[in-house]
Amino acid sequence: MSAEQQERAVRCLVAKVGLDGHDRGAHVIARAFRDAGFEVVYSGLHRAPEDIVQAAVQEDVDVLGISILSGAHNTLVPKVIEGLKEYDAFDDTLVLVGGIIPDEDEADLKELGVAEVFGPGTPMEETIEFIRNNVPERA
Amino acid sequence: MAGPDAPAFADAPTLTDDDAALVEDLLSGSHRALARVITKIENRTPGYRAIVSALHEHTGGADVIGITGSPGAGKSTLVDKLAAAYRDRGDTVGVIAVDPSSPYTGGAVLGDRIRMGSNVGDMDVFFRSMSARGQLGGLSTATADAVKALDAFGKDVVVLETVGAGQNEVDVVRTADTVAVLVQPGSGDDVQTLKAGILEIGDVFVVNKADMDGAQRTVAELEEMVHRREGGTTGRGAGHHGAASMASTGGGGSATGHHDGGNHGDGHHDGDRASGSGHGDSDAHAGDSDDSWTPDVLETVANSGDGVAALIEAFDAHAAHLRESGEIETTERRRYAEEIRTLVRADVGALATAEIERHGGIDRLAERVRDRETDPYAVAEAIVGPIADCVDEERADDDERDD
Repeated sequence: MSAEQQERAVRCLVAKVGLDGHDRGAHVIARAFRDAGFEVVYSGLHRAPEDIVQAAVQEDVDVLGISILSGAHNTLVPKVIEGLKEYDAFDDTLVLVGGIIPDEDEADLKELGVAEVFGPGTPMEETIEFIRNNVPERA
Repeated sequence: MAGPDAPAFADAPTLTDDDAALVEDLLSGSHRALARVITKIENRTPGYRAIVSALHEHTGGADVIGITGSPGAGKSTLVDKLAAAYRDRGDTVGVIAVDPSSPYTGGAVLGDRIRMGSNVGDMDVFFRSMSARGQLGGLSTATADAVKALDAFGKDVVVLETVGAGQNEVDVVRTADTVAVLVQPGSGDDVQTLKAGILEIGDVFVVNKADMDGAQRTVAELEEMVHRREGGTTGRGAGHHGAASMASTGGGGSATGHHDGGNHGDGHHDGDRASGSGHGDSDAHAGDSDDSWTPDVLETVANSGDGVAALIEAFDAHAAHLRESGEIETTERRRYAEEIRTLVRADVGALATAEIERHGGIDRLAERVRDRETDPYAVAEAIVGPIADCVDEERADDDERDD
C-alpha cells in the first residue's frame, strides 16, 4: 500500500576470464557503463569461469559482459554459460562478449546463447544502446 | 480481543504466488532466489515488503558485523580475509558491500568485489555489492532488509561493509550487532575527526596496515580516546545517564553529566588490552561493575591476514558480551524501533508527497507562499489536516467496534 518509488537500475558484470592481462578495454567499458547510469561490478583479472558465474548469480546482474582478448573464447564462454544454466540464471541474463573474435566463432557463440559480440572499434554508444534495448524484463 | 493495548496487525502485506515460491526457494537454499530477493529489496519492486515480512520470522540466527572506515583504510581486503577465516572454522558468510553512486547519472562502479580474492568460487560466501542509489535515508532500510535475507537464508555471519562518511553510512552500520571501525596508521588528525559520530558507534577499533609507520601512535591515540569516552559519559548510555543526572541535580546538561560509579579507578584493564590478544574470554569485560563494553583496539595487516584471528575473537567476545549482559535485547529493541520509525516516516512522507502533488506540486505551493497568497503553516495544515481527519475517523470506527 505504499507509494514509494521503484528504483530500478541496470546491473552489469564486466568480466575478464582466463589468462588475459589486458583490461584497459574492460576499464573503459566499465566507466562508460557507469556514466550511462548502470551499476557496474568489475570482476578483476584472471578469473576462472566458475568465479564469473558465482559473481553473476550473487550480484544478480542483468548484463554479463565478458572481455576476452586471449583467443580462448571457445573454451571459456561455453563454461560460463553452462554455469549460468546450472544456477537457473541463464534465461534472464544478457550475455555479451567483447574482444577479438573471428567471424566463424562469433556465429558459434551466438548459437550458444551469447546475445551479441562487439569487436574492436565498436562505438561505446552502440553497446550501451544495445543493452538498453535488450536488457531482460524481470518480474 | 484486540484491545487498544494489543492492536492486531491484520494488514500484514500478502505475498503473491510467485513471491511465495521465491521465499520458499530462498529458505531451501537457492542462491538464485536469495540474489533475486535482494534485487527486489534494492529496486523496491512492488511486493518486496511482503517478502521481507515473510522472512522476518526466520531471522535472528546470524551474527551481524558492520565494518566502516575511511576510503583506502583496507575494508574490502579485511572483509575478504575475515570471510576466509570464518569459512575455515566452518561458518557460512554473507557480505553486503555498499558503494556510493554518482548523484548525476545514478551509475556506479562497485569495486569491492575485486578484493574478494580469497573466496572466489566458494558459494558459501555470498557477496553482494549494493549502490547507495541516492536514497535519502532509505539506504539503511535496504541494507537492513538485505541482511535479513542473508540471515533467513541461514548465513552464520553477515558482514556489512560501508565507507564511513556521512550520516547515511553511519545509519547503515548501526543496524549491525557489532561495529568495527577501521583506521589507517599515520592518520593523526583523522583520528580526531573520528570523534564526530564514528567513535560512538565502534565496538572494536582496528588499526589496519599495522606494518606501516605510525601504527603504534595511532593505536595509542585510539586507546586514549576510547578511555576518554569511557570516563566521560559512557558511550551508548550517554543519553540515559545524562537524563538521569539532570533529573537528580536539576540541571547541568547531559554533556557534563559525569557519573562517578562505573569503571573509574579499575585501571580499565589496560594490561589486558595492550596485548592485543586474549579476548576470547568475555569475563574480562563482564567484570566491569556496570557491565559496559570497553572497545578493543586491535592491529591488523589485511594483506597478509595478520591479526584477523584476534579480530574474530574480539567480535565473538562482543557477541558473547551482548548475550550475557542482556544488552542484545536492548540493542535489538532499539534497532527494530528505529526500523519501525523509519518505515512509518517513509510511508507517511509518501502519503504527504502525494497530497502535495494533488495541491498542485511543491513548486506552485512555494510560489504562492512567495507571492504572500498563503504561508507555509497554512499549506502544511491544508495538506496534513485531511490525513489526520481520516486517521481520526478510522480510530472512531475501531473504538465503536471494540465496545
